[in-house]
Formats: sequence, structure tokens, C-alpha cells
Amino acid sequence: MNVTWKSTGSLIGTGILLILSLTSTSMALDGKAIIDKQCVQCHEVDKAGPETLEAFWARKGPNLSYAGNKYKQVWLEQWLTAPKRIRPAGMFYGNHIEPGDTRDQVIESSLVQHVVLEKEEAKAVAKTLMNLKSKSELIEVGAYKPGTISLSMGDLLFVKFRGCSSCHRIQEDYGGVSGPEVYTAAERLQEDYVVSFLRDPQAWSPFNFMPQYRLKESDIQKFVHYFRAMSGETK
Amino acid sequence: MRLNAQEICLCLLLLFALVFNLGVAHAQDQAEAHYKTYCWQCHGMTGDGMGINIPDMSVQPRDHTDKKEMSARSDEELFTAIKEGGRAIGKSILMPAWEGILSDKEIHDLVRYLRKLCDC
Repeated sequence: MNVTWKSTGSLIGTGILLILSLTSTSMALDGKAIIDKQCVQCHEVDKAGPETLEAFWARKGPNLSYAGNKYKQVWLEQWLTAPKRIRPAGMFYGNHIEPGDTRDQVIESSLVQHVVLEKEEAKAVAKTLMNLKSKSELIEVGAYKPGTISLSMGDLLFVKFRGCSSCHRIQEDYGGVSGPEVYTAAERLQEDYVVSFLRDPQAWSPFNFMPQYRLKESDIQKFVHYFRAMSGETK
Repeated sequence: MRLNAQEICLCLLLLFALVFNLGVAHAQDQAEAHYKTYCWQCHGMTGDGMGINIPDMSVQPRDHTDKKEMSARSDEELFTAIKEGGRAIGKSILMPAWEGILSDKEIHDLVRYLRKLCDC
């Protein structure tokens, strides 16, 4: 009898612990709750913006209202557990520079580190972000036609013919710092999004400093081949 | 108190001058904001061509404070370079075209701002 009571007590205890554990896990896995608590201070998630130049300058992180049309989920999951700066001079470089002896310098101490999430939190957040799909009308599914380009030809197009490396890094230590690095673009971004962005950057946001290059469609495809080649994706 | 025709004209003139000056000041502020947003990255915070992006650039950006160099460029050339890019005036492709982002009026205001930077 005594033994039965002990067993019952231990069973109930285990049950309570299990329920508590499941409750806390499901709370931690609520991607929206994490986003509401940790992301919205720096990212717009419910509307496309910014709508003024001043708001553009004040932006601390990219607009996430179209994250599901822009990012690759696998990359989001990984990056959120070990975030590494994508824009070497911050979201708006103008907030993070000062005149130096030979040229303007990035004020490293002014750059804010992104929050780090646990693996399960990152998975939940990434999953929720993939449901944010404003501006879907700009995405043409299948716009990117897989193909290849050699790195040397890609360099020629990107660096010499178009001068894109003035603002974008093509290696960790080569290229401009005001724009996002492109050598990780293929890991981060959906190909159809890149095609759409290169066709008309201002359609995604009137306030960004990506010029309108009016690229030929064949060059746009080549750029995406190039980004993929830099990430070792050749198929 | 009743104003005579001469006084009314004077008031209107003053009002016009005030509105005009406010407009000019606003255009200058806007041009400065555009310069900060789009031009600082290569041409530098002070316009001396020493922006953060220059280390790996094959052609160094124009020093907008260089009175001699800038005096040699007409307003039309500067307008075209900003609107259509460096290649449109036989210069570097590294200078992109800002058409589609800046309106013609905003580019004209930027040219005026460049003239202020070079004092020329």
C-alpha cells in the first residue's frame, strides 16, 4: 500500500514536471511572442517602411514585414543563434562614421550587436518570420532561372563593369562598407527576391541608397549566379 | 488702423520674401540631407572625396571642396553626372545614376549645394 502511494506520488510529480516543462517549452517556442518582445524595438514587422528620410536614418534593423519573401529560413535559424554583421558600417552608415586622418572612419563602438537567440527560439522566430509576406506582389515565383557563372566573370561584371563593389563587399576584406556584403547574399536571400530587388530596389522601399541601375534581365540573372557562386552554390 | 496701398504692397513684398527664403532654406536642408544619405559614403562627410568606401575603389571620388576642379565643371555637367552617372559625362562608372531616386529639382538643389561646398 505504502509502495503504491509512493509510486502514485512519484507519477503525479513526474506528470506535473512534464506539464511545466511542456508549458515553458511551448512559451519559448512562440515565435511571435519573442518577436514582440525582442525584435520590434529595432525592426518594423507590421508595415513596409521607412516612409521618410529621417525614419530611414533612424532605422536600426531591416524591415521584416516581408521577411518571408526575402530571407531563407535555414539561414535565419542559423544566423539568429550566431549573428554576424552584414552591413559593416551599420544599417545607415551615416550614423556610424566620423572624419579620420586619411578618410572617414567607421566608429566601431557605435555599432550595436544583434541579440542572440537559443537554437529553439531561433527556429520559432524564423518560422514566424517566414509568414510575414508584405509586398508579395513584387515577387515573381520562378523569376530566377538557375544557371552558372565563373567567379572571374562575375567579378568582372560586378566590380569592373558596374562598380558595385564600391559599396558592397565581395570578400570579408574587399569592397565598400556602406551596403550589405554580397558574398553571403545567396545564403541569406531568396533568389526570386534578389531578382525583384535588382529590377526595382525602390519598389521595396523608396528610401534605400541602392541606385536604379536599370539592369538587363540577363545581367540580373548573372548577378544571382555570381552570388550563388560566391557561396559555393553551383547548381 | 487702415493701411494705404503703398503699405499693403510693402507687406505683400515682405511676405513674399519670407516665403521665398523659407523655400530656399528648405531646399538647402533637403539637399544637405540627400548629400548625407547618398554622397557621404564615397565623397566623404566634408565632401573632400574621402568617404568610407574609397580603399578598394579603382577611381577616387571627386573632391567637392576642390575649387579648381569643381570650377571646371558646369552646372549642367554636374546635373548630368548626378542624374545619369559618371559615364554620361565621360567619367567613372563608379559614380552611379541617381535618376529614379532624386527628382530633377532635387538634383538641381544638390548642384547648388555642391557649389556651396566648393565655394565656386
